[in-house]
Amino acid sequence: MDSVAQRLSVVGAGAALELRGVTRLFGALAALTDVTITVRPGERRAVLGSNGAGKTTLFNCITGDFPPSSGTIRFFGEDITQFPPYERIRRGLRRTYQISALFPGLTVQDNVYLACRGVSRGRFSFLRPGQNDALMHATETLVQAVHLAGVKDQRVAELAHGQQRQLEIALALAGAPRFILFDEPAAGLSPTERRELIEILTSLPAHIGYIIIEHDMDVALRVVESVTMMHNGRIFKEGLPREIESDPEVQELYLGGGHE
Amino acid sequence: MSLLQSTQLRPDPSANAPRRALIPAWPEFQNPAAWLVALILVIMPLIANGFFLIEIFATTLILGVIALSLMFLAGYGGMVSLMQLTIAGFAGYMVAVFGISGNANISLGWPWWLATPMALALATLFGTLGGALAVRTEGIYTIMITLAIGAAFYYFTNQNWAIFNGHTGINTVATPHFWGVDWRGDIAFYYVTLGVAAICYFAVQYISRAPFGLALQGVRDNSRRMAALGFNPNAHRIAAYAFAAFIAALGGVLQVWNYRQISPGSVSVGACIDVLIIAVVGGITRPIGPFIGALIFVLLRTFALDVLIKFGLDGNRFRLLIGLGFLAIVFWSSDGVIGLWERWRQRNASSTLRSGGGRHG
Repeated sequence: MDSVAQRLSVVGAGAALELRGVTRLFGALAALTDVTITVRPGERRAVLGSNGAGKTTLFNCITGDFPPSSGTIRFFGEDITQFPPYERIRRGLRRTYQISALFPGLTVQDNVYLACRGVSRGRFSFLRPGQNDALMHATETLVQAVHLAGVKDQRVAELAHGQQRQLEIALALAGAPRFILFDEPAAGLSPTERRELIEILTSLPAHIGYIIIEHDMDVALRVVESVTMMHNGRIFKEGLPREIESDPEVQELYLGGGHE
Repeated sequence: MSLLQSTQLRPDPSANAPRRALIPAWPEFQNPAAWLVALILVIMPLIANGFFLIEIFATTLILGVIALSLMFLAGYGGMVSLMQLTIAGFAGYMVAVFGISGNANISLGWPWWLATPMALALATLFGTLGGALAVRTEGIYTIMITLAIGAAFYYFTNQNWAIFNGHTGINTVATPHFWGVDWRGDIAFYYVTLGVAAICYFAVQYISRAPFGLALQGVRDNSRRMAALGFNPNAHRIAAYAFAAFIAALGGVLQVWNYRQISPGSVSVGACIDVLIIAVVGGITRPIGPFIGALIFVLLRTFALDVLIKFGLDGNRFRLLIGLGFLAIVFWSSDGVIGLWERWRQRNASSTLRSGGGRHG
């Protein structure tokens, strides 16, 4: 038998996220085929690809929204392939959604409070938060960090699109995230809001890694250190941002390919 | 502003945040009309005779409590359960079976203070198991499966003689009698129902803003996102069924004490649907809705008979009136009488504002 240390080094290999041969089928359609990715802790990576390349399906497999048909997913060394989504989230994984997935009937503050509560104890508590509730303070901090303090008592249904996108990010930052999946966070944002988004992403503590799906190259390539290109559900190319940008095949396929 | 800076620079929110939070959380305390209603309810025995006290107000409060359990599930959890009356009826049957009744061959003769907690516990368990089945479905299928549970229980009580005494049911159920007070006496029983209804009302109101209630509303709005925030949506749904079952069971215990008997007619499918009608007519957005719906239902059931006969119609047509009212509510105010009232007040408020502004301008 191998020693414990050997086995640990084989299992974890220090990766934050490790996908091996992940395939996802929808009936006969393969949305993902044999995807293998390793991301270091604290690494920031962009996933590029045209519509239908399998980017969002990749996120859904990692978070467990749709479990993979085959393959394994490890999160900081732990095999999470069979875990329900909430167990993955409790281990420090976070995600945002391409189309805002918020709680329109609740206020901004309640939305963020739920996110903070979801990754801590007392999810079933019958007691209202008291005067010095730590999670209320955490909520307040997060609401300010995404510039929503002015509208914190408004129902989410009444918010502007840009504010909803910011709230979407706040929900993913609750608790102690170790790794975040951002699904097109800049979609539909104004230039000012984009600048704020870049600010938020670049000011995240260094130990928090993320994968970002983003069509806007100005946003994507400024906030990442590595890029994965996907095409037809497969990994097409991996490299540094400038390598990918100048790669003729990538330009052919994606950047110059008449994509909006 | 970066995340880390904002953490250091944030002002201390503990100073006045809780005080501000208290006001929207307990709107009743700010509302003079609510105080007036509470006062009238408390001094009701001075105003109303025994008939009004029991047949109208106690009955309203009991039906209100049972409908409140549906309001909690439907309003905060988005789950329309038609088995809430079945759970109440089950609790009532258990009070009769474990306690003392005229059917000595069935009743075990436990004192009320043992039989009642037993009935509440068993009914809560029953509701939780039913809920565990129902949460596997959504929307119309939840309605169907809970209706199926209600119908199955109705037919079971009809046919089972060993425990439920078939279609004759269990009669002359004993009611609590201690400290020299007959708690089924008109005035004492009125206060018991008022006390239980008030506790249930404030408990639902309180929990709606506690983590459990907020999470339930989150599950209602977007259960997939709740899972992506670390919550187990189905566990929350089942816990909501358990809590609602306990409230319905309280209503069921009061109901069997009120009528002193229980039979399959008390848990019929029609009665299950009445609870849905009460909750929807009153409004399922706020805990007060079910009580308003119950008052309307009880008033119609009691007095529509005389009015209809006066017009030369069959007195049993009161259901027609309730049905028409239900249709009207569903068509014009999906959030019930509460919604009508709120819109009417908003219109008034905005027109006062406008005329007030006109005077100053």
